[in-house]
Amino acid sequence: MIDVSKLCKKFGETTVLNGISTHIDKGECVCIIGPSGSGKSTFLRCLNMLETPTSGDIIFDGVPMTDPKTDINRMRQKMGMVFQHFNLFPNMTILKNMTLAPVRTRLKTKSEAEEQAMSLLNRVGLADKAGAYPNQLSGGQKQRVAIVRALCMEPDVMLFDEPTSALDPEMVGEVLDVMKNLAMAGMTMVVVTHEMGFAREVANRVMFLDEGVIMEEGDPHNIFYEPRSERLRSFLSKVL
Amino acid sequence: MELYTAWKAMIAAGDPVTAWQRFYVLFYQAFIEKDRWQQYLNGVGTTLYVTAMALLIGVFLGIIVAVVRTAHDQQRPGRRNIVLGFFNAVFRIYVTVIRGTPMMVQMLIMGFVIFSSSKDFALVGALTLGINSGAYTSEIIRGGLMAVDQGQMEAGRSLGLKYADTMFFIIVPQAIKAILPSLGNEFIVLLKDTSMISVIGGKELVYAARAIISRTYEAMFPFFGTAVIYLILVMIFTWLLGIFERRLRASDRR
Repeated sequence: MIDVSKLCKKFGETTVLNGISTHIDKGECVCIIGPSGSGKSTFLRCLNMLETPTSGDIIFDGVPMTDPKTDINRMRQKMGMVFQHFNLFPNMTILKNMTLAPVRTRLKTKSEAEEQAMSLLNRVGLADKAGAYPNQLSGGQKQRVAIVRALCMEPDVMLFDEPTSALDPEMVGEVLDVMKNLAMAGMTMVVVTHEMGFAREVANRVMFLDEGVIMEEGDPHNIFYEPRSERLRSFLSKVL
Repeated sequence: MELYTAWKAMIAAGDPVTAWQRFYVLFYQAFIEKDRWQQYLNGVGTTLYVTAMALLIGVFLGIIVAVVRTAHDQQRPGRRNIVLGFFNAVFRIYVTVIRGTPMMVQMLIMGFVIFSSSKDFALVGALTLGINSGAYTSEIIRGGLMAVDQGQMEAGRSLGLKYADTMFFIIVPQAIKAILPSLGNEFIVLLKDTSMISVIGGKELVYAARAIISRTYEAMFPFFGTAVIYLILVMIFTWLLGIFERRLRASDRR
């Protein structure tokens, strides 16, 4: 579904991604772990072109994302993204947050979008918050709304950029539960996370990034219990 | 009326009069004789009309200029849009010229050079003020746009919204809320700057006061009156802005 080949990204003189090649299959849940500054977030943000790669190719559903002629707005509609800091729109109610994009992109009519938004809110237990503003919600509630806001576009892939890092510890669980259900329902997911428990339990594949390259990847059991590289062993000993 | 005529005659004859009598005569002469208050009222009408027109023009221009300049600066490297670059250059020249020349000179050029054949002085004045205000407003709005968290733009774009949609539904409303106090400042300056259209013949408040002074040869009361009227207008304006600001803050309540 997503083919990444020789992806490089430089910010000025600093090389953040140094030749990443991988393939993400439909229905797969890939977790990306690694120390801070290893390029995890940059890699994720390159996938939907929030960062423009310096070189390399990303092919999503057969369409080259990196080609300037590609209608990037159309492609992004199929790639939901959830951010560390939620990024809900504070000037709109929760319902408006969720319906704005599907209505503006003519994916749905206003009433279809609202109906769908309400059923999604129901699923994450926040239907009573439809008329509230983001500032009135707790961190965990905001992140759950951010997830269902992305789902409103009916994406083929969901990208998560450290979705629980900005949350109070007691709110991490409620967000991970929503993500778990999503993975179970067969959604293709790419998750940058520090939640090793989640990666171990839910991921089909774990990718360990360091210094802009994939140091090691494989199924969670191998990564966590039989790490091959010294770098991954020392990383795991610090976080586990 | 009788008191006014009698006391005015006493002053003219050089008879001793009390301070109160002098005050009454000057006040009556400045505001009531020959229904002069109507001249002030018409002046206020023109002032408000010009302010409203200039405000519309200024905010419209300000938003367009600010958005185009911000959009130009936020382009992805390697995908420069030529049309955007052209308008960015034009708007930069506009802001430089307008901010670099005195309001009064702009007014004189508009009134006596560019629109020298126009008789609608109020409209020419409103246009000048609007164009002037637009340059300042655009910089205020640009500051507001840059102050909105970058994550908002990313969230909008990641949902598949176009740049323009994200700008107008998400970024601009938040920017306006943040810059409302500065915008209020700019609007108050604008309201008071309408006094300048009298130099090209606009019949606003200062024009009315000067017309009356040329009849009565008495400057104190018309000018003090004018000052008080401006003060009241600005206070009403400030109050309305306060209401507007509270409206916009509705989403902040917890």
